Amino acid sequence: MAAEYVIVGSGVAGIAAAEALRARAPGASITVITEDPNGFYSRPGLAYYLGGAIPEKQLFPRSHAELRALGLRWVQAQATKIDVAGHRVNLADGRSLAYDKLLIATGARAAAPDFPGGDLDGVFTLDTLADAKRLIHKANKSGHAVVVGGGITALELAEGLHACGVNVHYLLRGARYWSNVLDAEESQLVEDHLRDDGIEIHYHARIHQAEGKKGRLIAVQTDSGERIPCQILAVAIGTRPNLDLARTAGVKIDRGILTDSCLRTSAPDILAAGDVAQVHDDITGRASLDTLWPTARAHGVAAAATMTGAPTPYRRTAAMNVTLLADIPTTIIGALGSGSDEDMVAIARGDSESWRAAAPTWVVVEHHEVNRVRIMLGDRTITGALVMGDQTLSRPLHRLIAAEADISPIRDALLADDHAVLQLIASFSAEWERSHADNS
Amino acid sequence: MTIDRRSLLFDLTRAEVLATGHVLPEPARCVQCGICSYNCPIGLDVRAYAWRGEAISDSHCLTCGQCVARCPRGVLIFAPMANGKS
Ligand SMILES: Cc1cc2nc3c(=O)[nH]c(=O)nc-3n(C[C@H](O)[C@H](O)[C@H](O)COP(=O)(O)OP(=O)(O)OC[C@H]3O[C@@H](n4cnc5c(N)ncnc54)[C@H](O)[C@@H]3O)c2cc1C
Ligand code: SF4
Ligand code: SF4
Repeated sequence: MAAEYVIVGSGVAGIAAAEALRARAPGASITVITEDPNGFYSRPGLAYYLGGAIPEKQLFPRSHAELRALGLRWVQAQATKIDVAGHRVNLADGRSLAYDKLLIATGARAAAPDFPGGDLDGVFTLDTLADAKRLIHKANKSGHAVVVGGGITALELAEGLHACGVNVHYLLRGARYWSNVLDAEESQLVEDHLRDDGIEIHYHARIHQAEGKKGRLIAVQTDSGERIPCQILAVAIGTRPNLDLARTAGVKIDRGILTDSCLRTSAPDILAAGDVAQVHDDITGRASLDTLWPTARAHGVAAAATMTGAPTPYRRTAAMNVTLLADIPTTIIGALGSGSDEDMVAIARGDSESWRAAAPTWVVVEHHEVNRVRIMLGDRTITGALVMGDQTLSRPLHRLIAAEADISPIRDALLADDHAVLQLIASFSAEWERSHADNS
Repeated sequence: MTIDRRSLLFDLTRAEVLATGHVLPEPARCVQCGICSYNCPIGLDVRAYAWRGEAISDSHCLTCGQCVARCPRGVLIFAPMANGKS
């Protein structure tokens, strides 16, 4: 009998798994259960939709026809319980589906506001297309918005709301933006850009409470007694994996669902992938969480292989995110910064814990005007890099970091002369690529 | 008047690409936002190529660079074709 594969979640992890399962098992039954009526869309694209760069229909990477061609059984419902021994998933509408292998790809959602008044009408988080649409609708009728939080999503919210024509106040709990990943100068570049756009930044501003009238948000009060009248309060203080299914089923969890490197959980025939999975890394011996689209996709592909009986480890490469930070193209690779960011209560969106695992290293900086490259040097390798503005070096750096290339030949030169960094890296990486092409 | 170094470089790259190159994605950077496809003047589904990690092989591609320039993630670059293969 053909295998029954069931996937909970229609995000990139779930869809990448479905696609890979279909390629490996043409005759299998593949079911995707999702509670999102909009199915599969680009979540990072929501920021561009909010900012008006693309229309809604552009968010869908797959047409209905393409999804149909994969031969998936599509079930729109919330999965509520897993019967581990009976190999069944129960749905909120009373149905129950049998599985041979189950993939939990339920993603993560924005952490709930951590202050009084967080439930008022007008307080938003951004997770889904429905959230983005509600926010745009509200923005069209609003004059003032407050954005609170850190990381990329908070900036995207601030800029997106600004693009909708709303006056935006951006509240930072500390002295600068994203202090555990960016250095002071990088934070400054981003903040200057926001201010130039007309966004008002409030420092050392912690929300005391959201103030409402008849259930509706009318203002935000800060700990220092400031009161900012607003109709929108957008909150991006981190994400939390959707763990309910795993927890009630007794599947082992930590901050995410714990899996081995092949995405298998502690329960038989149940796997996890994407933002919800805390995947063991055989090399470092640690299990960490990511909230990155490409990582979720790679998890999905590896999980599918494991489900079809070909256990395949997810190979963690140097975490990388490329994004626009206040319109400045920025690539963050490997380990940078350390400690925690006051604006976040959990790991940020488009974030990876490994970015904060920075060991003591030398920092070398090359900058010319808005372009900036920061490189973290270990004893023999480059452990992390942040490239702002001109992106010429971001690919070579990613390759060198991911391959843990031995950079000892240029290490002293890098430390000796900040201004030579670009040239040194460019020529070293060209030479390195050549010798590796020869060896392979 | 100052010459915009970036756009000059871009134009030079383009001239070369018109003769010998194509658009090449790096899928590990792509978040499937669709900005590339949305801005392609001839409606190629650049995003689908980016998902598959394939060079844009469509003979209609103008190598106009709209997709390259607009992708917010630096996924797309102009690259020389390997021995005339597309
Ligand atoms: C605004 C925003 C900006 C982002 N920016 C970036 C970025 O710059 N770079 C980057 O790499 N990543 C970014 N991300 C993160 C990226 O989108 C995620 O890492 C990725 O979507 C994770 O995919 P996933 O499949 O694991 O989970 P998700 O995409 O969250 O999908 C989870 C799916 O599970 C479904 N589901 C959950 N629980 C149940 C249940 N009980 N029953 C049925 N269905 C259920 C949901 O409906 C959903 O379909 C951003 C995310 C957002 C929201
Ligand atoms: S614009 Fe860039 S990130 Fe967006 S789908 Fe196209 S290639 Fe991917
Ligand atoms: S180079 Fe121009 S024509 Fe070719 S895919 Fe990109 S946008 Fe379309």
